[in-house]
Amino acid sequence: MIAFLLAQTIAITGGTVYPVSGPKIEHATVLISGGRIVAVGSNVAVPAGATRIDAAGKWVTPGFIDGAGQMGLREIGAVQNTNESSVSGNQVAASFNVLEGINPASTLIAVNRMEGVTTTLAVPGYLGVPPSDGLIWGQAALIDLDGGTIEAMQIKSPAAMVANLSESSKDAGGGSRAAVAQRLRRVLNDAREYATRRADYRRRQIQDLSASAADLEALQPVLRGALPLIVMVNRRSDIETALRIGREYKLRLILAGVAEGWMIPGEIAAAGVPVLVEPLDNIPSYDALGIRYENAALLSKGGVKVALMETATENSRDLKQQAGNAVASGMSWDQALRAVTLTPAEILGVADRYGSLEAGKVANVVVWTGDPFDFSTGVEHVFIRGRDIPLRSRQTEVLERYRTLPPKY
Amino acid sequence: MRQLAVGLGLVLIALACKSGGARTVGAAPAPQNAPAQAAGKPAAPATNVQDTAGLGPQYPSTYQRHPNPAVVIRNATIMTAAGQEIQGGSILFRDGRIVAVGTSVDAPSDATVVDGTGKWVTPGVIDTHSHLGVYAAPGTFAESDGNEATRPVTAEVWAEHSFWPQDPQIPLAIAGGVTTIQALPGSANLIGGRSAVLKLIPARSVQEMKFPGAHYGLKMACGENPKRVYGQRGGPSTRMGNMAGYREAFIAAQTYRKKWDKWNKDHEGDPPERNLRNESLAEVLRGNIYVQNHCYRADEMMQMLDLAHEFGFKIRSFHHAVEAYKIADVLAREGTAVSIWSDWWGFKEEAMDGIYENAALVQQAGGRVVIHSDDPGGIQRLNQEAAKAMYHGRRAGIPITRDQAVRWFTANPAWALGLDSIVGTLEPGKMADVVLWSADPLSVYGQAVQVYNDGWLVYDRNDPNHQPKTDFMLGREP
Repeated sequence: MIAFLLAQTIAITGGTVYPVSGPKIEHATVLISGGRIVAVGSNVAVPAGATRIDAAGKWVTPGFIDGAGQMGLREIGAVQNTNESSVSGNQVAASFNVLEGINPASTLIAVNRMEGVTTTLAVPGYLGVPPSDGLIWGQAALIDLDGGTIEAMQIKSPAAMVANLSESSKDAGGGSRAAVAQRLRRVLNDAREYATRRADYRRRQIQDLSASAADLEALQPVLRGALPLIVMVNRRSDIETALRIGREYKLRLILAGVAEGWMIPGEIAAAGVPVLVEPLDNIPSYDALGIRYENAALLSKGGVKVALMETATENSRDLKQQAGNAVASGMSWDQALRAVTLTPAEILGVADRYGSLEAGKVANVVVWTGDPFDFSTGVEHVFIRGRDIPLRSRQTEVLERYRTLPPKY
Repeated sequence: MRQLAVGLGLVLIALACKSGGARTVGAAPAPQNAPAQAAGKPAAPATNVQDTAGLGPQYPSTYQRHPNPAVVIRNATIMTAAGQEIQGGSILFRDGRIVAVGTSVDAPSDATVVDGTGKWVTPGVIDTHSHLGVYAAPGTFAESDGNEATRPVTAEVWAEHSFWPQDPQIPLAIAGGVTTIQALPGSANLIGGRSAVLKLIPARSVQEMKFPGAHYGLKMACGENPKRVYGQRGGPSTRMGNMAGYREAFIAAQTYRKKWDKWNKDHEGDPPERNLRNESLAEVLRGNIYVQNHCYRADEMMQMLDLAHEFGFKIRSFHHAVEAYKIADVLAREGTAVSIWSDWWGFKEEAMDGIYENAALVQQAGGRVVIHSDDPGGIQRLNQEAAKAMYHGRRAGIPITRDQAVRWFTANPAWALGLDSIVGTLEPGKMADVVLWSADPLSVYGQAVQVYNDGWLVYDRNDPNHQPKTDFMLGREP
């Protein structure tokens, strides 16, 4: 059965294809085989025996990638027993990897993928949910929203280390931003020292280090620049602190939240640092009095590589509304589409396999009735790794039960 | 909710009603005859109608219409929320009243002419469920005034007494086309207090914002929040405890009302002693204060309808009501509106069964749908939320019209607040609450370009002179 599915060839024909890696192609075919895209273009021969999906008049894009969420890690926000995204008692939880906390049976998965989100970064910590203290939240995993097991869903783990330099990290510094930054440097310094003196550490011939051996070990790929460090940060001065630390340690930074980033796009672009933005964030707090709808647009226009996220995990499907509003606030439509497909794939280091419709890439493909960002558009097909995903979820089952009253018990 | 890695305080605020965090408040004095006010008559500036309790005017509105020139918007697509979508339409308003709407509208020579080519016009957006002003930004404890979470029944508190007109969230909502809100106490309490029904305009005091003629609402809350907040604090700790709490409160109010009604009739002896809690509840029993009931689950809404029957009042609107579609037939029969989100679900157990098609199914059953926010972000795009609900309904085979979807954030919330004869549609005689949109408001790309509140241009996307800033933001913006 599995062999059959893998061997299955699907031709999505006649649609307007947005490869993202290049200009749109009218009346084009996307050919899928063995879970991969094997051809994209207007002159693709469809092999005999291929399953044809007529996409005439439809739009075809890569599956959307939510740049940060907690899919599989948070089933019901208010029910702590169903939450796996954070660990208490360790403010430097670098060794905490969320992967084995992911629940492939989560009801959120089907609800969101049937609206076009095929991939998400499952992030440790407290996205949008109090309390969000702690300096290093742990390791994020990139997953596809299909597969009955963690192994089947996994794309890359860890895909990033996640740290927090926003207002909510202050406790990790005893109450001051300055101390938070100092503590982060101390941890990074100790991680460097640990790497050169593992034997001394085992023999206890080393002064006390500021984190456990496991956490310091986990930071090694970050120090080597092999693993990106996502830093949650909003205030302009905090963004600049993050960039400073990134420079000092030659880290591969990704800034997330970055509410006041629009004030300094030049600095962020010059540092070569990409960002994860939630465009509909505009409620002022003391962490970000300059927060505004135009953030994603201004960063993008300022040369910063922008990917988008929807942190309300149960509605990761609203990622497209975030993108549409970014466009309404001045981001180009093409950049917005890129911000939910190829850009997140690039910044998470999987652009060789994800984010665009090109031969050789994983077949995460969505067929839409029109502009994917607009409300009038529906999803006709979602392919994840070449599988034509049933457009069903717990919500569609509830709908069918109550579509006519009395309900069908 | 959406703010990433932001402080605890703000998050609590955003979740005011969702989680019942810690909020309070009440509303504006309720002239009992207000809904009878005929469209076409100028809405009298807020002299408070005498309270049935015989107490005379209390805390009156001081709202005054801002003087403005007549305005005519030409060649726009006008969605009236009264059955029409007029292509190439014009709308004229002056002295705070809509004068004419149609394809040929004569305008006086002194009218300001606005070119509406390629743009859309709708009535001002109305939110029945806001915590603006009572859970203000920047969201510290200092602005956390939405839940008087000190005892489960606080019918005596009024949201207007918490409301901060300098909340920097207010201009954001105005820029989203919102002209009227109901600011509610939070949902920590069984009975949280009176709501404030407000014109959303820059003002020095809440009194200047109080909508003339509006009914107070009474915030009530079902389910998880009260039992969580009071479970370890003397109760209620169960849903049956919740029900007993409402009943005890209304039994006391019945007695109170009887005493006062008798005294108001014969004026024998000294007046009965005043009790603020019972005053609010007695006004509910008299039908002068509208019950606005936070309630997620279908089975609990049925319990609350029984409660309303026991004491002879109406529930004007259920709020959140993510399971309204399960009892859409009952809600239509009862004449109770539902104030709902398009797609929020899953953040707590009683919200697990929220579906996109809730609004469409209630509409199809003949119920009255209101798209509400309960959120300082969501209030800025109620038009978008209505669009989501409309299109998902259509995709499920439920034929929702564009006019119905616009009514979800205009005419229907006006009804839920008892203001439907005054605002909510673009018809001659209605108050000139008018929004000009850059594109179809039922598209993700439509943004409010101009917002007129009672004829006053309170927001213009292209003119910094019409982009109100609160005191709070002065000197803080870069």
